[in-house]
Amino acid sequence: MDMNQYLDVFVEESREHLQSINEHMLRLENEPNEKSIVNDIFRSAHTLKGMSATMGYEDLANLTHKMENVLDALRQEQIGVTSDVIDVLFESVDHLEAMVESIIEGGDGKRDVSKTVAILNRIENGEDSSEQSKETFVSEGTNGLDEFQRSVILESIEQGFHPLSVKIALDKNCILKAARVYMIFEVIEQVAEVIHSNPSVNELEQEQFDLDFTVNLLTKLDSEELEARIGKVSEIDSVHISRLNIEATAEPQSESAATTEVETKESNTKGSNTKDSKAAASSTKPNAGNKTIRVNIQRLDQLMNLFEELVIDRGRLETIAKELKHTDLNETVEHMTRLSGDLQDSLLTMRMVPIDQVFNRFPRMIRSLAKDLGKKVNLEIEGGETELDRTVIDEIGDPLVHLLRNSVDHGIERPDKRKSNGKGSEGTISLVAYHSGNHVYIEITDDGGGINREMVLKKAIENGIVNPSSASEMKDEEVYQLLFASGFSTAETVSDISGRGVGLDVVKSKIESIGGQIGVTSDPGQGSKFSIQLPLTMSILSVMLVTSGEETYAIPLSNIVESAIIAKADILNAHRQHVIDFRGKVVPLVSLKEVLDISGEQDDDDYISVVVARKGDKMAALVVDSFIGQQEVVLKPLGDYLTNIFAISGATILGNGQVALILDCNDLIK
Amino acid sequence: MSDIKTVEKEMKAIVFQLKDEEYGVDVHQVKSIERIQEITRVPRTPSFVKGVINLRGIVTPIINLRSRFDIEEADYTEDTRIVIVHANDLEVGMIVDSANDVIDVPVDSVEPAPEVVGGISAEYLEGVAKLERRLLILLNLEKVLNPEEIIALRQVKENNE
Repeated sequence: MDMNQYLDVFVEESREHLQSINEHMLRLENEPNEKSIVNDIFRSAHTLKGMSATMGYEDLANLTHKMENVLDALRQEQIGVTSDVIDVLFESVDHLEAMVESIIEGGDGKRDVSKTVAILNRIENGEDSSEQSKETFVSEGTNGLDEFQRSVILESIEQGFHPLSVKIALDKNCILKAARVYMIFEVIEQVAEVIHSNPSVNELEQEQFDLDFTVNLLTKLDSEELEARIGKVSEIDSVHISRLNIEATAEPQSESAATTEVETKESNTKGSNTKDSKAAASSTKPNAGNKTIRVNIQRLDQLMNLFEELVIDRGRLETIAKELKHTDLNETVEHMTRLSGDLQDSLLTMRMVPIDQVFNRFPRMIRSLAKDLGKKVNLEIEGGETELDRTVIDEIGDPLVHLLRNSVDHGIERPDKRKSNGKGSEGTISLVAYHSGNHVYIEITDDGGGINREMVLKKAIENGIVNPSSASEMKDEEVYQLLFASGFSTAETVSDISGRGVGLDVVKSKIESIGGQIGVTSDPGQGSKFSIQLPLTMSILSVMLVTSGEETYAIPLSNIVESAIIAKADILNAHRQHVIDFRGKVVPLVSLKEVLDISGEQDDDDYISVVVARKGDKMAALVVDSFIGQQEVVLKPLGDYLTNIFAISGATILGNGQVALILDCNDLIK
Repeated sequence: MSDIKTVEKEMKAIVFQLKDEEYGVDVHQVKSIERIQEITRVPRTPSFVKGVINLRGIVTPIINLRSRFDIEEADYTEDTRIVIVHANDLEVGMIVDSANDVIDVPVDSVEPAPEVVGGISAEYLEGVAKLERRLLILLNLEKVLNPEEIIALRQVKENNE
C-alpha cells in the first residue's frame, strides 16, 4: 500500500504530538505528582507509536513503545518521577524529533537509539529508582484515591457536586460482563464524572473481575436518581450508593488546616449551586477543543487573490452605479460592498494563528540552554493565545530565539553571583505577548544584571561606532540602542550561544522587515526588557495614497508623522539642500519626482504638499503633487525578479485594478 | 546519449514575433498570453523593465523583450501581446510584437545557435529550429530572465551616475 499520501498527515500530527509531549514533560518536571500529565504524555506516545507502526517506521515505533512502558510504569506508580527519568524521556523525545525530521527530508527515520532504549529498559525494570517507588506507594491514599483525585473532589464539592461511591453487582447469569460494564459506564458518564474505579477500567474491560465493582464519581444528581438510572441497565443484581467520605480518604499527614478550610467553603457554597457544571469537568479533562480543519496556506492565499479580484470588480461596479444613478443598482452595489467587507474580515481572521505555535518550543530550549551554561532559569510565558497573521508568525521565530538566548547568556547571572547580589539562585525570564490597538507586543523580560552601560560604550568605541568624546553625554536609552548597531557584540568571549557575529542588528533588521520595531530598557542590577511591536498582519497595511506626476504611490501610515501644505516661501536652504522648519525641527525636503525619476512638470504653485515621514527619530518631508487619502491595502510582493528596488517595499492593487507601489521610507530618509 | 531526447521527438513551442524574426519558447514555460494593459512603472530599474501589472491579483513584472535584446522599441499596437512565462521559479511577462501560433518542433531540427542571431547574443538562445519554410529562434528563458543580471545592470547604471 502506498503510504506517501498519508505522509503529510503523519508528519503534521507527529509534530503536534511531539510538541505536546515536550510541553507535558516540562510540566511534569515541575509537578511530578500530577498523574494526569503522565496520562497525557502516554496518550501522545501511544498515538505516535500507532502512527509510525502503520507507516512502517520501525525505529520510531520501537522507541515510542519503550517510552510507553516507562510511562506506564510511572502511571502505575511502579517507579517515581526522578530527574533521571525525565532526562531519558527528554532524550527519547530528541531522538523522535530527529527521526521525524529525517522523514520530512525524505529519509527513512532510522536512527541508533540503542543507548536510550537500554536506559529506558533499566528504568522500566525499576533498577535505579526502587526506593522512590516504595515511597510513592506509601503515600497512596486509603481508598485508592491519589492526592490529585482527592483535590479534584474537594474542588468540585465547592461547586455543588456530590462525590459518590457506587458499588454495582452484576447478575450471576450475566454473559458479557464487559459489555454490561460498558453500558453502565455509558449511563454514568452521561450524568457524572468518573474519578476512579476499582478494579481499574482496563481490568473491567478485560473482564478481570468477579461480579461487583466500585465506581467513585462526581455528580449533581442525588443518589436515588442515579440508582434509578443505573438500574435501567439489565442484568444488574444490585446497586449500592454511598457518599464518598473525603475526610476518611484524606491522608492523615495532610495538614488539618487545609481540610477545615475546605469544609467551611463547602458550607458557604452549599446553598448556591449556580456554577456551571462544566467547570469541574474541565479540571479533569483537558479541553476537548473546537472542531477544526487543516488548510494549506496556499489555498488561503489563492482565496485571498480571488477575493481581491472581487474587490476590484466591486470598485468598477461602484463607479458604474454612480454614473447610471440607478437606485436598485446602487442599493445592490452597496450591499455587496458591505458583504465583501465582512468577507475580508473573515478571510483575514482565518489566517490568524495563536503565537503559542512559536512560544511552544521555547521552554525546552531554555531548559537545555540553562543546563549547558550552568544557570538556573525559569521561563514564564503569558499570552500564548495572542493571534498573529501566519506570515508574521513564520518570521518572528528566529528573532525571538535569538533574544531569549541572549537573555539566558548575557542577562541571567550564574547562581552564585545571583546569591551574592541578594537574589534567588533561579533567574526568571518572562515572555509576554499581548494585543494593543493595531499591534501585537511581545516582551522579553529578565531579572538578571541588566545592561552594563560602560561595557557597551567601551565596545562601541572600540568598534568605532561611537565617538569617545560624545560617549559620556549619551543618554542611557541611546547607549542601549547601540546593542542593535551592526557588528556589535558585548560577549567578552565568543561562546556557543552568542557572539558569533550574528548580533542583535540582524534581529532588528528582521523585525523591521516585517514592519515591526524593537526597543530595550534596562535597570542595572535588576534586569532588562526587550519589547517588540509587530503589526497584526503583514498582508494588510494602512497607507496614504499620494500622486506624483501621473503615478500613484502608497506611503505606510506607520511611517507618516503628518501631511502638510507649506508655502514655497518657507523653504530654506542648508548645505545645498532644501529644508523646512517643521515644528522647530529642520527637516530636509525630498522630491519624489527627482528621486524616483518621475516625469511631469514641477508646478508653479505657491504651495507644495509634503508628507513628513520618519525613520527612527530622523525625518524627511516628501514632496508630492497631491494626496488621495487614507486606505487599507493588501500588500503584495514585487517578486524575486525585482528585488531590492530602491525605495520600494512592495506593491498593492487599487480599486481600479491598477498597481500602486508602496514606498519604503527607510531608503528615502538618510 | 540522453534517453530523453530519443523519447521526446517533438516539443510544442509558442511562437511570437519580434521585429522581423520568429521566436519560440517551450509551451510548458508559458502560463498565458495577455493583451497589453496598464503597466505601473517601477523606478530605478533597467530600461527594459517596463514595470508591473496586476495579473489576476498577482503583481507580475513586465519586461520589453525588444529592449531586453537591444532591439529598438516599437509602439504598442493591436497585435502587441504580453507572454507570461515562468522559469527559475520566476513569473515574468514579456512584451512581444505579436503571438498567435503554437507549432510542433521536431527535436532533431534544432541546431545550436550561431554566435549572433538578429542581434541577440547566443547565450540567451537554446538553439535555432529549421522548419520547412520558417526559422524559429528558441529562447533560453533561464538566461533571459536572470534576475542577477538586473542587479548587475543597475550597478553599472548607478556607477555611471
